[in-house]
Amino acid sequence: MFFSFSLMIAVMIYSCQDAEQLKQQVYYTNGRDLYIKHCQNCHGINGEGLGQLAPPLTDSTFLKEHRGKLACYIKYGISDTVLTIHNQSYEGKMPDNPGLANIDIAQLLVYITNTYGNKQGMFTPEQVAKDLESCK
Amino acid sequence: MSTRYSFLALVSVSILLFSSCQKASKPLPIYGQREAIQVKNNDGSTEIDTIYQTIPAFSFLNQDSLPLTNKAFENKIYIADFFFTSCSTICPIMHRNMKTIFDEYKENPEVMFLSHTIDFKYDTPSKLKKYAIKLGVDGPKWQFAYGSKDSIYTLAEKNYLVAVMEDSTAKETYVHQGWLVLIDKHKRIRGAYDGTKTDQVAKLKQDIPVLLAEEQK
Repeated sequence: MFFSFSLMIAVMIYSCQDAEQLKQQVYYTNGRDLYIKHCQNCHGINGEGLGQLAPPLTDSTFLKEHRGKLACYIKYGISDTVLTIHNQSYEGKMPDNPGLANIDIAQLLVYITNTYGNKQGMFTPEQVAKDLESCK
Repeated sequence: MSTRYSFLALVSVSILLFSSCQKASKPLPIYGQREAIQVKNNDGSTEIDTIYQTIPAFSFLNQDSLPLTNKAFENKIYIADFFFTSCSTICPIMHRNMKTIFDEYKENPEVMFLSHTIDFKYDTPSKLKKYAIKLGVDGPKWQFAYGSKDSIYTLAEKNYLVAVMEDSTAKETYVHQGWLVLIDKHKRIRGAYDGTKTDQVAKLKQDIPVLLAEEQK
């Protein structure tokens, strides 16, 4: 009885939004938790950044143009690279996060690239693995 | 009849007293060690006075590589903290919060800020200067202090009552507490607030006007 009921609910949800979209939403929610833990200190609760110490995450054009590099930034950090974000240059260091698994990075990226006014779709762990191969 | 009136009067008087008490904000506590001493008045009589713990004389370099001593904070209330520029854990939150207070009191010369670096190896005055500019607070109002490990760490633990330590096993080498310490014009500690917690920072924002009002009496 319970099984058939939950199956019905599942079918209802499933018919409303396809599996891909559902997966992206799960990634987004998990990504938000990871963001609070690993990124929010510097980049702020609304991705607004902190002065010129930490750039905002609201530059959609930057995110789009550097889509293949974002996983590298998160995993290995940034040093000796000047990035131009919202027409402002940011130098200095971003710490690395060597402990993050590919799926964590994928979830973080889904969150970051689909919030603060950004809308840039899905990241898969496979894509992250591929991006990480060509970091340096 | 008359007892009823006097009862009513008593009630209204106590309500008045009570409401007037609520209006005047409670003075902030004075923290740290204290000691009672006997002082001699001019007429020869003696009195008991209380000596409170104060921030002792210090001498550091600031972000402009200029000497920074207690003199800079004479007749000011200030908020002190301990941090280091490469810290990515609690420092950004502390300074994000401190900056909102800084912006609020930009025009008030009585309020100052003092951040001590605990990274005596890397955070030279030029690094502090860079940090101040990037945070958007460079100027005399927010001083960044650079000093020897011994002088800064002793001041932190003995005088500002903030725990700091060098720990080579920690990811970022230094471990410290995120207190924002409120100091009055007599160099006494009047409050300590966790600079990473929104509610405590809000309390600090409430307490600053109370302290400023007290000093004007």
